Amino acid sequence: MTLVAFWTFAAVAIASAVLCITRRSPVASALWLVNTLFSLAAIYVLLDAPFIAAIQVLVYAGAIMVLFLFVIMLLNLGRTAPGDIKGPWGRAVAVAAGLVLVFELVALWLAAPPGELELPAGTVAGTVAARGAVQAVARPLFQGYLVPFEVTSVLLLAAIVGAVVLAKRRL
Amino acid sequence: MLLGPSLAVSAILFTLGVVGVLLRRNAIVIFMCIELMLNAVNLTFIALSQQLGLDGQVFVFFVMTVAAAEAAVGLAIVIAVYRHKDTVNLQRINLLRG
Amino acid sequence: MTPLAGGIADWVGLAIALPFAGFLVNGLLAFVAPRRRALVGAVGVGSVVAAFLVGVAVFLALLAAHPAEPYVVTLWSWIPAGRLQVDAALQVDQLSVVMLLAVTGVSSLIHVFSLGYMGDDPGYARYFAYLNLFVAFMLVLVLGASFPVLFIGWEGVGLCSYLLIGFWFEEREKADAGLKAFLVNRIGDAGFLIAMFLIFKHLGSLDFQAVFAGAPTALAPGGATVTAIALFLFMGCVGKSAQIPLYVWLPDAMAGPTPVSALIHAATMVTAGVYLVARANVLFAMAPVASAVVAGVGALTALFAATIGLKQWDIKKVLAYSTVSQLGYMFVGVGVGAYAAGIFHLVTHAFFKALLFLGAGSVIHMMHRAYHHTGRHADAQDMRNMGGLAAYMPWTARAMWVATLAIAGIPPLSGFFSKDEILGAAFARGAAQPFYYVVWAFGLAAAFLTAIYMTRLMLYTFHGPNRTGEAERAHLGEAPGVMTWPVVTLAALALVGGALNLPHVGTLEHWLDPVTEASAAFLPALAPAPGVEIALMAAAALIGIGGIWLAFRALHPETLLPPERAPRETGFARLLLEKYRVDEAYRAVIVRPLVWVARNLLWRGLDAGVIDTAGVNGSAAVARGLGWLGSRLQSGQVTSYLVIFVLGAIAVLAALLHPSLSAVYHLWAR
Repeated sequence: MTLVAFWTFAAVAIASAVLCITRRSPVASALWLVNTLFSLAAIYVLLDAPFIAAIQVLVYAGAIMVLFLFVIMLLNLGRTAPGDIKGPWGRAVAVAAGLVLVFELVALWLAAPPGELELPAGTVAGTVAARGAVQAVARPLFQGYLVPFEVTSVLLLAAIVGAVVLAKRRL
Repeated sequence: MLLGPSLAVSAILFTLGVVGVLLRRNAIVIFMCIELMLNAVNLTFIALSQQLGLDGQVFVFFVMTVAAAEAAVGLAIVIAVYRHKDTVNLQRINLLRG
Repeated sequence: MTPLAGGIADWVGLAIALPFAGFLVNGLLAFVAPRRRALVGAVGVGSVVAAFLVGVAVFLALLAAHPAEPYVVTLWSWIPAGRLQVDAALQVDQLSVVMLLAVTGVSSLIHVFSLGYMGDDPGYARYFAYLNLFVAFMLVLVLGASFPVLFIGWEGVGLCSYLLIGFWFEEREKADAGLKAFLVNRIGDAGFLIAMFLIFKHLGSLDFQAVFAGAPTALAPGGATVTAIALFLFMGCVGKSAQIPLYVWLPDAMAGPTPVSALIHAATMVTAGVYLVARANVLFAMAPVASAVVAGVGALTALFAATIGLKQWDIKKVLAYSTVSQLGYMFVGVGVGAYAAGIFHLVTHAFFKALLFLGAGSVIHMMHRAYHHTGRHADAQDMRNMGGLAAYMPWTARAMWVATLAIAGIPPLSGFFSKDEILGAAFARGAAQPFYYVVWAFGLAAAFLTAIYMTRLMLYTFHGPNRTGEAERAHLGEAPGVMTWPVVTLAALALVGGALNLPHVGTLEHWLDPVTEASAAFLPALAPAPGVEIALMAAAALIGIGGIWLAFRALHPETLLPPERAPRETGFARLLLEKYRVDEAYRAVIVRPLVWVARNLLWRGLDAGVIDTAGVNGSAAVARGLGWLGSRLQSGQVTSYLVIFVLGAIAVLAALLHPSLSAVYHLWAR
């Protein structure tokens, strides 16, 4: 059952990703990407990460992709622009690089199977079930990773300032 | 039990992101492809966190934060470039020429 | 172990430190207060006289103890490098103390003389700084307890020699003479260095005591190794002590101030080679071939230089060739195993040759002053401009006659005894090896020529009519007392110096016994049978008297003309005047080809051609080309950057996977 669900969502994610990179219209690309992100959120649930799945939907599919669409519309780029996708040479290079890369990644996967480090099956699922989805992530986040978490706020502040400075016409 | 398939899906999605980056000229679409690659990596983290502990999920949390910041700044840059060049087609933008 | 410990001998370093301090003070004064002549002179003379007093004290301590072993004062560890352990150490023994006394004693007198001679020179402070530095280095040379320390002194005195020859460097030829001395000495020093390498390789140490104690057992007597070591050492001596074929620098070195010629190029530095052979007597005694070479070169040089001295007109050139000749004598002495006799002649020669140079300096000083008064430009060193000076400079003339009789070997002056002993030892060795009869005959012939050229110098300078010039004559006179007194003191030493080592008493010889006894097993100092010895002494005395008599008969100072009116020399006399044209031959055979190779092959070919074009400009061109390629890559097209970036990432992954890629292939092939 889980496997069927996983492969269904995986197929949707991959197909949407292919459509995302091949559609000429940026808006279509963005919407297909949203589709991929939703599928990934579903896969996260299957992988015992319901909190991350929720964040994925809220932050990624919600906030970030809306930002993308907003910029596309702001700049009035919605219609298909000529020369967006490269010519035959560019396509050949892209496909060849993709094939080599997927070969390498699979080789990497086969070369170093993560066998020895495995937790007993269902450990994470048990933790999530026992503590609840949010608390399972909150514990390590606010204990072991407290300083990085606080540093992240500085990063976000810098990003806000940077975005304002860059996008504003005149300060 | 889902680890192997997850990693395979992650590899395919990552490669699709790379192919997209190489295929497109529109800055915003390339940006979206980068987001796709980030999500592929996130999938790897989540899949492995099932085996190695919850730290993987915490890491994904951070990746998302950074991705959000990156999207904000990156899109601001796109807007600024568009204002100067009237295009987001990278072929027509060669400010980096040496 | 030794009664010297804790006494004044521990402070022998003071003898070096005092002149060195004098050098520092005078060097500073040369910059800040060059006109404070009284202070400069007091520091310059005082430091050397103090060093002499230290030397006397050390000598008295050594006289009381008379140890069989050298006393080594280790100051600090200088080169601690694995097996090579060299200490900055000084050695007090009979030989070094003799040298210490001779060097500081003669230096003191010459420093005093310099007060007068250099009195008007603008470089007064600089002069005394150099001279003090020279004394310091010379004492490092004679007191050093190992070959490297000796070598420091050896090179240091070479440096001072260079600085003082070219003291008046504003004149091109004087600067060139300094350069020539420096370069010619490098040839010999290369040999010295090779000898040191060989010694270290075969004996594992460079300390005198270890080397000389270890050599008789570690090396085969007469073997190739010890012969090579001795010959390479002698190569250094040939350069430093101006023997054939490297003697050419010494006559040119007369370009320096005359007291410098007296101190460095007659009494002390040039005798360093003789000292080195005497110091390394074990090595030379173990190598009969090398000893024969030393004696042969010495004899040949003695005769060769004496013939050149016959026809020189420059008073200092005569003395320079005389020095080369007398150094040849010393090498005959140390070459035939009469080390004490060689050192004895070194000491007596220091007395009478310093005296001759100082006397000549007085003469030149007064001649120069006379010409300066009248404003005439004439050569103040040319004997044809002198004549009859005995009437004006009686004390100088008397003192120089003493030295002349001493160097000519007239008994009972010092030169007679030292020369006679060398010739006697050479003759005695001739009984076993006839080669040494030839050495003896050369020495005797050189003695005859010495008597002739020295008498000639005296006759032309001090006797006959005066040729200086009518106007100048009024300004001639005796040199000031500060210059005359050192000359007279040296005359007294030259007169009685022979008493140091009278035949059959042999004070100096017995004194040096602890130093030379190790070599006596291989090359004992022979003395001729008593009857033969009397005959030899009589012959030597007669030869000297005969030379003087012949000079008086054959030379006529009355007929001599000043240089501008003198007829050109012809035939053999001209060849002698031109010094056998050895300098010209060297120039044609060695210097010119060397300069040609340096200019055309090394400079234009190697340096300008290969290094500059291929190396410097080539690497610049390669960098430029690579930069051009890199700038082509920098197209400004972000998309192409992305392609390159991805290719790079793929390459990095491939590198990570490298060992397992084949495994993957096998997995798929299965």
